[in-house]
Amino acid sequence: MKLNKRPAALIATAAAGAMLLSACGGGGDDGGSDGGSGGGGGGGTFSAYIGEPENPLVPGNTTESEGSKVITALWTGLVTFSQEGEVEYNGVAESIESDDNQNWTITLKDGWTFHDGTPVDAQSFVDAWNYTANPQNAQDGASYLSRIEGYQALEEGSATEMSGLAVEDDLTFTVRLATPFALFPAVVGYQTFYPLPDVFFEDPAAFGTNPVGNGPFQADGEYVPGQGMTLTRFEDYAGDDVAQADGMEFIVYADQATAYTDAQDGNVDIVDVIPPDVIESAESEFGDNFIRTEVSQITYLGFPTYDPRFADPRVRQAISMAIDRQAISTAIFSGTRTPADSFIAPVVDGYREGACTYCTFDADAANELLDEAGFDRSQPVDLWFNAGASHDAWMEAVGNQLRQNLDVDFQLRGDLDFAQYLPLAEERGFTGPFRYGWSFDYPAAESYLTPLFATASQPPAGSNLSFYSNPEVEELIAQGDQAASEEEAVEAYQQAEDLIVEDMPMAPLFFTEIQTVHTDDVDNVRIDLFQHPVWSEVTVNS
Amino acid sequence: MGRYVARRLLLTIPVLIGASFLIFTMVYALPGDPIRALAGDRPVSPAVVAVLRERFHLDDPLPVQYWEYLKNLLSGDLGTDFRGRPVLDTIERTLPVTIKLTLVAVLFEAVIGLVAGVLAGIRRNGFFDNLVLVSTTVIVSIPILVLAFVAQLLFGLKLGWFPIAGTREGWFSYVLPGLVLASGSLAYVARLTRTSIAENMRADYVRTAKAKGLPPSRVIVRHTLRNSLIPVVTFIGADIGTLLGGAIVTETVFNLPGIGREVFDSVRAQEGAVVVGIVTLMVFFFIFFNLVVDVLYAVLDPRIRYD
Repeated sequence: MKLNKRPAALIATAAAGAMLLSACGGGGDDGGSDGGSGGGGGGGTFSAYIGEPENPLVPGNTTESEGSKVITALWTGLVTFSQEGEVEYNGVAESIESDDNQNWTITLKDGWTFHDGTPVDAQSFVDAWNYTANPQNAQDGASYLSRIEGYQALEEGSATEMSGLAVEDDLTFTVRLATPFALFPAVVGYQTFYPLPDVFFEDPAAFGTNPVGNGPFQADGEYVPGQGMTLTRFEDYAGDDVAQADGMEFIVYADQATAYTDAQDGNVDIVDVIPPDVIESAESEFGDNFIRTEVSQITYLGFPTYDPRFADPRVRQAISMAIDRQAISTAIFSGTRTPADSFIAPVVDGYREGACTYCTFDADAANELLDEAGFDRSQPVDLWFNAGASHDAWMEAVGNQLRQNLDVDFQLRGDLDFAQYLPLAEERGFTGPFRYGWSFDYPAAESYLTPLFATASQPPAGSNLSFYSNPEVEELIAQGDQAASEEEAVEAYQQAEDLIVEDMPMAPLFFTEIQTVHTDDVDNVRIDLFQHPVWSEVTVNS
Repeated sequence: MGRYVARRLLLTIPVLIGASFLIFTMVYALPGDPIRALAGDRPVSPAVVAVLRERFHLDDPLPVQYWEYLKNLLSGDLGTDFRGRPVLDTIERTLPVTIKLTLVAVLFEAVIGLVAGVLAGIRRNGFFDNLVLVSTTVIVSIPILVLAFVAQLLFGLKLGWFPIAGTREGWFSYVLPGLVLASGSLAYVARLTRTSIAENMRADYVRTAKAKGLPPSRVIVRHTLRNSLIPVVTFIGADIGTLLGGAIVTETVFNLPGIGREVFDSVRAQEGAVVVGIVTLMVFFFIFFNLVVDVLYAVLDPRIRYD
């Protein structure tokens, strides 16, 4: 997923300074909140911050956070998720069933329509999925469909549709997976799996600024890049999560810091992620309107297991144990990162406190392990991270921890932009530990394992940048994928996690939380597991 | 005069082609793979990467890529970014914002800068002169980034005189960013004018004008100011070219979706077509306003002739 890529370094650093000024100024007194809510009777309208979406507003092409915020307002998927990550059938699907975890039958509820009045039927899902998966259409989300049978043939260009998809009737279609996967119903809740109306296929390019979905809000005009979009409540919405407000507006900001300042003045009602340097002042200034939400992202320090220096698991365990995560969180993130103690984030089923035994800070044990492994301490360790995304400070803190606790010097290698960072990773070019971040694709423990630690996920196909490979781990993951019950699945995944802990291809450093602020004009602001505000629930105070 | 202008305009064509080739080469020379980075931490599927590389000729050698670009350009097609959005649309969307910002900034620059400069120049070493000297020194020495944030927090948030960000209040939205953007140049204009006026105040023709008994206002405006304007016009002309190149910091802080922000993002994303299109346009602006300045010389100073 797209993470930590966007902020412009220049602005971010400068914002820190200027925001300090604002903090000292004793908090903005935002007496008359003028803009934002349209006030008046009915449900009212509110406004929300987004950054510029990277892609046209097509669900299958949107995998980054900003476009996703708009997509989730405009669409409702097959299933929804509770705040605990459980699949709930509050979306378009009546049921998603299988006897063997491989052949799935998806039955839709009757009566759902797109914003243009056309029905949401089985065909609209199957067509959308085939379109997204076809590499000719160059959709960012293509790889999310890789579990479906026939995806491979599409990738190779020998087919134009996935053989695993078949429409039974208007409200039923079947999905055959390449290999059994018990958690499939959770997978299809993600936006890559949203349906597309006929009007999309007539002119996909125009659709990108005039999206037509099936969600609680509908577009009230076209999306203007750099400015935003207004939405109104979809009156014929078939779901239960009807929009509480009459309408809403997305306002595009180039810089989070500006959006935050605008929120202080009441010009934008919801800023879902505020800049790190204002967190402390925001808490006192916004009071009850300041919300912390634990999200699915884990920040890792990955190890190049292909590099002889880091080939010994003991070296990797030692480095992981030598990092005092709490100290870094306090010093750099004002305590807003939780030290990670597991490879499976707490927001999903399967998290065990302290599962990662080498994630606890213990300098003595780390030194012992390093000696045992015969690590050459005279050479500095290279620490890699992508430039311009505010990783400098905490990566330096990691380096200082290594110097202090292991007596190993470090060198920061943070001058590569993302366009160079990823290719270098894929070419096995990292000469030392590297920064990585991961959020789940669907709320399941498996989403933290296969994409990062399976052999098949090694680049260029996936995100296993450590080039880690352990057949036993894969065996256990496969067991989980085919388990008859969720408990069994989770158990298998946890066993796999235990093996990964011993091998330590990546050291989990932090679980992430985001901080949201909103004005007095709105209430019921909740952030879901995918880090998106739940727009339909927002109420406007008149 | 007409022939001179025509010749200068014709000369811009090879300059623009050369400039576009240079920019194209620079973007091409940037290391890394823009397609791989499209989706952030989660990689784009290899088949999608292959399709996009093919579509944007990214695997072809530089001359072939540039030729493809030129061919499209001749048919009026500036190409598209990696997301399939036409570059022309992007320019049409962002340029008006930057033009408005530039207009407001130049207005401040010219009006405030000239008035302050003239007042300081006619009473050299007086109180106002010293005030201008100190205040311009202070303004010039503060980085525009700091100035922008302070102005936004003070006038936008605390005092509420101006909108904090965005373009929703029409021209009024551009006042504060325009002032911030103009501040540095304004200081230069004031100083240039002051020096120029102060020098000319002692010139023979000014003494003559005074001796003839002309009213002081006429002496200053018609005689002194007009002759003092040449260096100032040169400066403002060059400055317009620079400002139209986009004020990345101001546009970002005040959330104005202008051309500077666009080109900054595009360079980071290695969007070759967008960068070349916009930067070539900037080069054109620069050449054009330099030409305007040269023509204005002739208007201001009848001794200058171009034919």
